[in-house]
Amino acid sequence: MISHSYQIPDWIAKNSRVLDLGCGDGRLLAQLVETHAIDALGLELDPDKIAACLDLGLSVVQQDLNRGLSNFNDQQFDTVIMTQTLQAIRRPDLALSEMLRVGREAIVTFPNFAYIRNRIQLGLAGHMPVNPQLPNPWYDTPNIHLSTFRDFEELCQTLSIRILEKDTSNLSGKRTWLGTVWPNLFGEVAVYRLTKES
Amino acid sequence: MAASLGVVTPELIPFETPLALERGGSLPRYDLMVETYGTLNAKKSNAVLVCHALSGDHHAAGYHESESNKPGWWNHYIGPGKCIDTDRFFVVSLNNLGGCSGSTGPLSTDPETGKAYGPSFPEVTVLDWVHAQARLADHLGVEKFAAIVGGSLGGMQALQWSITYPERVGAAAIIAAAPRLTAQNIAFNEVARQAIMRDPNFFDGNYADHDVIPASGVGLARMVGHITYLSDVSMGEKFGRSLPRADRDAEGVNFAVEQYLRYQGEQFSGRFDANTYILMTRALDYFDPTLNESIPLPQVLSTTACKFLVLSFTTDWRFSPSRSEEIVDALIQAGKPVSYTRLESAHGHDAFLIPDATYERIFKAFMDRVHQDLGGNA
Repeated sequence: MISHSYQIPDWIAKNSRVLDLGCGDGRLLAQLVETHAIDALGLELDPDKIAACLDLGLSVVQQDLNRGLSNFNDQQFDTVIMTQTLQAIRRPDLALSEMLRVGREAIVTFPNFAYIRNRIQLGLAGHMPVNPQLPNPWYDTPNIHLSTFRDFEELCQTLSIRILEKDTSNLSGKRTWLGTVWPNLFGEVAVYRLTKES
Repeated sequence: MAASLGVVTPELIPFETPLALERGGSLPRYDLMVETYGTLNAKKSNAVLVCHALSGDHHAAGYHESESNKPGWWNHYIGPGKCIDTDRFFVVSLNNLGGCSGSTGPLSTDPETGKAYGPSFPEVTVLDWVHAQARLADHLGVEKFAAIVGGSLGGMQALQWSITYPERVGAAAIIAAAPRLTAQNIAFNEVARQAIMRDPNFFDGNYADHDVIPASGVGLARMVGHITYLSDVSMGEKFGRSLPRADRDAEGVNFAVEQYLRYQGEQFSGRFDANTYILMTRALDYFDPTLNESIPLPQVLSTTACKFLVLSFTTDWRFSPSRSEEIVDALIQAGKPVSYTRLESAHGHDAFLIPDATYERIFKAFMDRVHQDLGGNA
């Protein structure tokens, strides 16, 4: 289980409306309800995880993110979160645009494919990386759109998305010294706080 | 498997204050046939109202007389330790107005004429039922229900409650329902009504005067309805193209599914009143909280104040998942707390009555949280 990145709670306003896309068992939302008194809604596909969210008292709707967010109004949320899911979505570009249509801000985390371990597995060993963050073999993986800090920032520019904050964490959600200095090489998880260019 | 409620006893509760009805007219007085399970707590905060569907009644759980009888229609989901846990909740289930299981309906005596109402029983709507249920709550001393729960037409009552009495509903579970009927839904109901009305024994609804019942028409109505409750998959699994058992091969029955539908029709026509069937299907047809789209559904739901659970079933084509999702999307747009799951099932619309592990897990998680929000041992 990958823990959510430590920065996320700092980027959430108290009593704000938060939508979590692919909320899993609801741990992040439940924590934010507790600490930030947020008004939370999660979207999740897996009925077992939906039940786990209900155990925590969360509201959670079963919805396939590949079908978009057309059932949501513009600017309905203060923050839309998507942790470790962007790379598994059919059209990450459309997803990002939708997140910033329904939310004022977005928080996105994804595996940095340019992380040094991935570079070694691909560049030296000549294999698609398989490791704790990317555990699946290439022919059977939900992670169909892997990218790097640099790739992601280029996309943000194309989509007129402003990067409010950029950071990195390890799989335990903690800060690493090297990752902070040189994120595209030593950052395991890319963490971004975004808004639409005004 | 959790314990059963055992033998339960219904109670007939009289109401002497007239009830004005949505589509005109009023009932000068009425009775409601009610069953309750579990115990109302001191704060009277743990009541759960269970609303029945088209052909259901007050007998939702437990057994009448002895455990050898058929249990109530939602026995799998109501009882000690079950989704609607009678160790925690005080469960109220009633036969709706216009019904034929003991509450005032076409079979009851009209105090003005001294004769049975029959076809002159006034048209009742989901809103009328909700008002009558609110009076029942008053009678029981329940100011606010912890939850109101129902499948199909029962889910529509739960939805109407959240709109009409927002301050009296803590949570609403709306299962296999729709915000209103489609033309296709109404068309099926009309075929059912025509089957009854064209039965020579119907006599414009005055069949009691002739000491007959339109059994053939009611049976046919049930057969049509029953097809819409099942799915192609479940009928295929249950009957396929197999032939009926030889010992029952009579009356020109060719396939097992024919035998099954005839049996269902016959059983139903023996227990269900034709005028009630017409009245209940009309209540379904007219249900429309958007008042013919004069108010968008998100706006209708904007004054609700409860938590919602909406559930649908993949092979339900009477009220398909997309109909439930209309309710979900409207609640999302209204900014209301809603949880939703589209449950995998082969059983079509009937799935809401049938045991299923994922359905139970999610329903129970929601109801357990409703109980927890009451404040533990409240």
